Amino acid sequence: MSMIFAILFYLATLLFVVGLLSRIKLYAQTPAPLKIPTTPAPTTKTGVAFRLTREVVFFESLFKANLWTWAAGWLFHTSLLLVTLRHLRYFTDPVWGWVAFIQPFGIYAGITMLLGLCGLWARRLFVERIRYISTPSDHLWLVLLIVIAVTGLLMQFVAHTDVVAVKTYFLGLLHLDIGSLPSDALLLLHLFLVFALLALFPLSKLLHAPGVFFSPTRNQTDDCREHRHLSAWAGKLESEK
Amino acid sequence: MADYTAPAYRTIPIVPALKPGAMEGKGPFIANDKHQEALGFPGQLVEDWHDKAIAKMGDLLGKFRSLRVYMDACVHCGACSDKCHYFIGTQDPKNMPVARQDLMRSIYRRYFTFAGKYFPKLVGARDLTREVLDEWYNYYHQCSECRRCSVFCPYGIDTAEVTMAAREILASVGMGQKYSNEIIGKVHKIGNNLGLPEPALRDTLEGLEEDVKEDTGLDIKFPLDVKGAEVLLITPSADFFAEPHIDGLIGYAKVFHATGTSWTLSSMASEGANFGMFIGSYEQLRKIALRIREAALELGVKRIVVGECGHAWRVAYSFWNTLSGVGDGADETDRFAQMLQKQLDHRYKQPTHICEFTWDLIQRDALKFDKSKNDRFVITMHDSCNVARGSRMGDLPGGQFEIPRNIIKAVANNFVEMDANTTRERTFCCGGGGGLLTDDLMDLRVKGALPRMEVLNQAVQEHGVNYMAAICAICKTQFSKIMPVYGFDRRMVGGVHQLVSNAIILGDK
Repeated sequence: MSMIFAILFYLATLLFVVGLLSRIKLYAQTPAPLKIPTTPAPTTKTGVAFRLTREVVFFESLFKANLWTWAAGWLFHTSLLLVTLRHLRYFTDPVWGWVAFIQPFGIYAGITMLLGLCGLWARRLFVERIRYISTPSDHLWLVLLIVIAVTGLLMQFVAHTDVVAVKTYFLGLLHLDIGSLPSDALLLLHLFLVFALLALFPLSKLLHAPGVFFSPTRNQTDDCREHRHLSAWAGKLESEK
Repeated sequence: MADYTAPAYRTIPIVPALKPGAMEGKGPFIANDKHQEALGFPGQLVEDWHDKAIAKMGDLLGKFRSLRVYMDACVHCGACSDKCHYFIGTQDPKNMPVARQDLMRSIYRRYFTFAGKYFPKLVGARDLTREVLDEWYNYYHQCSECRRCSVFCPYGIDTAEVTMAAREILASVGMGQKYSNEIIGKVHKIGNNLGLPEPALRDTLEGLEEDVKEDTGLDIKFPLDVKGAEVLLITPSADFFAEPHIDGLIGYAKVFHATGTSWTLSSMASEGANFGMFIGSYEQLRKIALRIREAALELGVKRIVVGECGHAWRVAYSFWNTLSGVGDGADETDRFAQMLQKQLDHRYKQPTHICEFTWDLIQRDALKFDKSKNDRFVITMHDSCNVARGSRMGDLPGGQFEIPRNIIKAVANNFVEMDANTTRERTFCCGGGGGLLTDDLMDLRVKGALPRMEVLNQAVQEHGVNYMAAICAICKTQFSKIMPVYGFDRRMVGGVHQLVSNAIILGDK
């Protein structure tokens, strides 16, 4: 089992990193031939940085759109961030100071993450418009995340796993040294689903994470009259004329 | 118009229930072979349309980052699902922006993603069939590319970009839209959307001079093809004789007259509209924009001013510098753009919106008004979608909202706002934008205007509004046609410069 999970760990990490980087490369290399910021838009690069920051940190546009979706979505994403950072303790020795500091917050974030996810799923199930646009994979992603959260919380509050052994195992993996992983069902399920999430990330709608940074309506500067914006393929048309 | 009855007003805020299939149908008339071939598209549906369409989609995915990112990024969160005026007005679920995008995304997933190739059902992917093509044609002609959805999307996904791509794919396999393609043909052949040739245009303008003389006793000129004029005015051709558009044109002429500005129209570029944007064709967009460059170079003008037209201003403001070099800031080595930019006077913004032009004069105290001339009106402002969400005026973001309002307040005493959820960047489209201003889409146009009419009606009840200002030729045409269906006077809609025209005091210069 330790061996299988080691392979899964490496494989998932590889797929995640390579898949994500190649997708980011594709986005970066695809030209944006026209200026299409959704206006009113910032007129400077600093302004654009602020706009993107507000979008990524506070989900500004979603806030304008729908308060319930925003509340559930923001709760889920910020909680996930805290929970993920908390898990750095299993990969660092000695544990960094700030990671130690956020441990208690990270634990409660596990609960709020679950709440957020349930809210999002409830919307998908009970709001007619959103039910209409949902595909099976939309539901499955939520189920996957919910099961990850629940198994994690169960290990925290109900059936403890040997976290010291888990940490030793993962620290070993970082040095290509495969030790032994505790074999409780909860832990194995938790890890398996996290690996699945990582591996499928670059093939799925989770690409919204890098996508938002490449969205021309959000990342372009409104300086159309002051600077001539010309992409390579559009520029070629001029020499033909 | 007797065929169309107005849907009933509902209580605001409106959360529409779904009516699946409400707007199923064949869509607008398909372009015939003559109109298609004039633009370089195949005349009929080509035999290998399936492969051609997929290849075209691949081509566009490689050329437009917007399409590339937007096909991947949507998480089906539903933020946009109740924002489209066509959805609110028709309740057809396929008019929810996300569902409209999914008509294409389902094909994208099937042919361009791992998940869609091997697990199509799981991710809602499907094969491109003839039925899908027809569905595209129908529902991608129920989007006016107004970008309201893009304001609310957490990733800024702009359905207009998807609609443009879909229309481009459809046209490239032989399924172009008659209305837009026929009009683009006229622009290339004659110089404007209405097919008004130079002698007829000259006649019209001379007649207009006589009318205005009768009205004001002044020799207010409407010059055409005057070399060496300072300002080239590019305006939608509807301004030349459609009501209420023409009153706006008279307003521009009075402003030029009052300040002694030498200006001219161009017969070669007697059209501000650029339907190349509507059909999503970069080549057409560019080709139409190049006429203005040519006219500017030929006439030797120093400034280019654009009349009241929504999408034309988006194209002018956001795209002209890219397409034709009308603007500033071209590289020293950029010979194409430098040719024109050296000629233009860069103390002014190039291009300038007529509202920027007038507001600048008002601020410099160069114009005098008798505001009481507009006292019979209680005025509100319908922000035109393309101006609101695809352009700017002045130096500050949001100037496209402030400047027209400032002008109205400078020339009239009674101004009120409509529901803030439906103005400025949240404005509704009039229901006729994006190439849908055609009689074969009347049903859609009436229903698409419902959200605006509901809010306008509220302002009429509360404030006695009797004038809705718009700075767009399509808004003006659409509203003057459908407002009677809703029981309003067709003359309730008018331009900002129509109000300027009413109030301006002209000296004896």
